[in-house]
Amino acid sequence: MQTQAEHYDFPDAKGHFGPYGGVFVAETLQAALLALNHEYEKAKADPAFVAEIQRELKHYVGRPSPIYHARRLSEELGGAQIYLKREDLNHTGAHKVNNTVGQAMLARRMGKRRVIAETGAGQHGVATATVAARYGMECVVYMGSEDIRRQAQNVYRMKLLGATVVPVESGSRTLKDALNEAMRDWVTNVENTFYIIGTVAGPHPYPMMVRDFNSVVGKECLTQMPEMIGRQPDAVLACVGGGSNAMGIFYDYIPHANVRLIGVEAGGEGVATGRHAASLTAGSPGILHGNRTYLIQDANGQIIDTHSVSAGLDYPGVGPEHAWLKDTRRAEYVAINDDEALDAFHRLCRTEGIIPALESSHAVAQAMKMAPAMRKDTVLLVNLSGRGDKEMATVAERSQAVMGTPQ
Amino acid sequence: MSRAASRIATTFARLASENRKALIPFVTAGDPSPAITVPLMHAMVDAGVDIIELGVPFSDPMADGPVIQRSSERALKFGVGLNDVLAYVGEFRKKNQTTPVVLMGYANPIERMGMKLFAERASASGVDGVLVVDYPPEESLALRETMDAAGIDVIYLLSPTSSSERIKLVSAAARGYIYYVSLKGVSGAANIDASDVELMIAKIKAQTNLPVGVGFGIRDGETARKIARFADAVVIGSRLIQEMEASTADNAVECVRVLLSDIRAKMDL
Repeated sequence: MQTQAEHYDFPDAKGHFGPYGGVFVAETLQAALLALNHEYEKAKADPAFVAEIQRELKHYVGRPSPIYHARRLSEELGGAQIYLKREDLNHTGAHKVNNTVGQAMLARRMGKRRVIAETGAGQHGVATATVAARYGMECVVYMGSEDIRRQAQNVYRMKLLGATVVPVESGSRTLKDALNEAMRDWVTNVENTFYIIGTVAGPHPYPMMVRDFNSVVGKECLTQMPEMIGRQPDAVLACVGGGSNAMGIFYDYIPHANVRLIGVEAGGEGVATGRHAASLTAGSPGILHGNRTYLIQDANGQIIDTHSVSAGLDYPGVGPEHAWLKDTRRAEYVAINDDEALDAFHRLCRTEGIIPALESSHAVAQAMKMAPAMRKDTVLLVNLSGRGDKEMATVAERSQAVMGTPQ
Repeated sequence: MSRAASRIATTFARLASENRKALIPFVTAGDPSPAITVPLMHAMVDAGVDIIELGVPFSDPMADGPVIQRSSERALKFGVGLNDVLAYVGEFRKKNQTTPVVLMGYANPIERMGMKLFAERASASGVDGVLVVDYPPEESLALRETMDAAGIDVIYLLSPTSSSERIKLVSAAARGYIYYVSLKGVSGAANIDASDVELMIAKIKAQTNLPVGVGFGIRDGETARKIARFADAVVIGSRLIQEMEASTADNAVECVRVLLSDIRAKMDL
């Protein structure tokens, strides 16, 4: 297993995954990124740092998260067995906290007292505000004003945790603009500030670092699956916006060549309509937010507004490692539309008593699509990356239900 | 480098012989409207500028402050893209064959067009230099080779946080001139401290014979004059855009011309 892993050694020292990744940022940020990379490499090799993170993940986050056999759902579908990696059971309700704990520890190690973050749906913002409270750091979260309107509850959660939420009014007023604004803050306050990026995108070392901090998910699966079923699954599925939960569960499976890796993008109203966020399925390579990757862009190279019912997948780029896994065909990428994700959301609520995040519902929907045609002893492992408490208003609106009335 | 002296090199050589410093305005192409760009370029030349930096609008200008972001958004509303910007330069060249034009912007529009096609079109339009904010030297070897072959200078940034190592790296890669970003932050931020800048310029000049320009945070003739004492060029961007924002469509060009004439006069005192 380890000998196979040696074949996959990405990124290179400069942060490249083949032609993707890299450090495409202005000179003003080069010194900060070099310092971060240097410190991260040292920390990674420091047993005390690694042990401290493990302690935090166990006692604060509640790891390891269980794997659950969705037996009723599988029986109803009549084919493959669906297993769920329960990242929704983590503290703060999603995988995002695996990464923010790691980066906050690194910030502390570097003596930075102020952390900043960008957020779309608010999950990464909440996870950052949470660890900032836990470690006594000042926290500023940039969020598009359009997203603030859509995700009022998470905005309030961040405020409760002591964070300042700054509305971003530029561009499309969503996640990509929040990222631009956080970068601008970082350039300006680089001496005392640590930028906690929430996904496997951005300039090197972020894609590698965020993957590493989330790879605890796949590592646990590697030991949990044989304990449960005596072998590894046939396929691992995860939703992909920026792609951090997917990289987290994929990474340790990359050397296991007979395990299919399937990334599920947001097809929005359908890839053919142009209203989607499926960068790998329907985009083309370019440079945004410090790395080369697949982007949703127009003929002039301008970034186009994306659409998804799930705010957490509503991003016009994708982590560069996914671009590489796509081109090398180690992973497959598909798109699931809003309606299919909502169906999966309801189906999981009713059959298993689990309310999933709309992001994760995309991965569940893909599993539901594949399972019926598969043998009953086929095993699909789905990363249930987050819980759906935050979705009440969105789902009620889409189902034309009124909250507070039964039925 | 066996190619003929570029317009940029010729310009700096002339200024040096006159014991004057370069004044470089930055405006975003297509802002506040596409029709204004070429007349604005000519008016700036009338005001005494030496090189024009023309911004290529981009949807995600990560290194720019709110003023240049707004200018980019206004131009994008008209759908102004890299092809249009090249057409403006071609139009400008019909009447002006001496003032260097440098395109400034982000990597993605160039990636989208393709490096080779961009080099061909830029060269044919009369572009003299490109400054791509998010193509640092390490990631832009292909750009340098392609632009070198097309006779176009690739200009790079240095900043207050640049280490001696990076000053060396940038100096070795740069053509035309080096653009020193005078403060930590985005374009259009607070005023700069001239003495800090002076120290850094001396460090850079120890590594390169290229002219060094200073930008980000220069808002008036007084500051320009102070900076011009030790730098080879002064870049003014956000202030010009604000000037146009505060004016009407009819007098935007004239307002910029008056402001630049004043700065020119103060620099030459």
